[in-house]
Amino acid sequence: MSNITNEGLVLAFSALGAGIAMIAGLGPGIGQGHAAAAGAEAVGRNPGAKGDIMSTMLLGQAVAETTGLYSLVVALILIFANPLVGKL
Amino acid sequence: MGNSLGVVAAKEADFMIHNLLKLKILGQEVYLTTTHVSLLIICVALILIALVARIKLKDTNEKPSRFQNAMELVVEMLDGMVASSMGKKGAPFRNYIGVLFLFILFSNLSGLLGLRPPTADYGVTLGLGLITFFLVQVNNIRYNKFGAFTELFQPIPLLFPINLIGEIATPFSLSLRLFGNVLAGTVIMALVYGLLYKIAFFWPGILHVYFDVFSGAIQTYVFCMLTMVFIGNKIPDKN
Repeated sequence: MSNITNEGLVLAFSALGAGIAMIAGLGPGIGQGHAAAAGAEAVGRNPGAKGDIMSTMLLGQAVAETTGLYSLVVALILIFANPLVGKL
Repeated sequence: MGNSLGVVAAKEADFMIHNLLKLKILGQEVYLTTTHVSLLIICVALILIALVARIKLKDTNEKPSRFQNAMELVVEMLDGMVASSMGKKGAPFRNYIGVLFLFILFSNLSGLLGLRPPTADYGVTLGLGLITFFLVQVNNIRYNKFGAFTELFQPIPLLFPINLIGEIATPFSLSLRLFGNVLAGTVIMALVYGLLYKIAFFWPGILHVYFDVFSGAIQTYVFCMLTMVFIGNKIPDKN
């Protein structure tokens, strides 16, 4: 096992970390699904207010998406601008 | 060797910002990047549209032309968006929100023309976020006077650090949301064109419709909507 370099180890675990970070994509998916379900319910109850419901739903979904995007940014930093490699 | 992973991926799927020209300003090395070029193209396009509209709509006595109808539709849509979420107090902000909307929309749609969207560069979106942040804080102080500072100690003084972080985090969450969405689309399109180039014909168009048009328009709307909500929260209703 002596042919693993320090750099290779850091890069490998960075790639793993990037993959694990993207598990955070689960949360926004569930949350946005809930918002869409509530929106569909609201349109069914009051079809006249479809425009307002749509804009409110999209706004809420976009805000809920933020945590997923943070994880995306963390994953991209780990892969393309890795701060850990410089510490070796 | 240290950055080998990034170099390999960039060679196959090209979504990085490229340096086109190296400048030396005040002893600092500054690069002209693809972002600047895209920004310049978008600004020129927007200014040209504005100039053409100004010249063509100088005398509006006759029957409205098709161009005039289109321009009025856009302006009415933007004004209606501001009025519906801010009400009467939104009137001074119509110009800013309208320009913001058109700029971000054109930036996001520029991916369709093969440009690298400027909003996929964190420098651009952080700039937009900071403009909104200062607009919010200036209006906060203008309308609430000293209340802008005392509201940080509400409801109990112990919450001051949390309130302060909440205020400061606004531009970052706003800009990261736009940046992340556009960058995700850019990365996926680059992967499709870079790694699947042998079978990438016709069907990437569907992905373009989703990532550039749909996602871009939604994020534009969300950015403007949140800007209006943040500003509207700081202005008391009686004004």
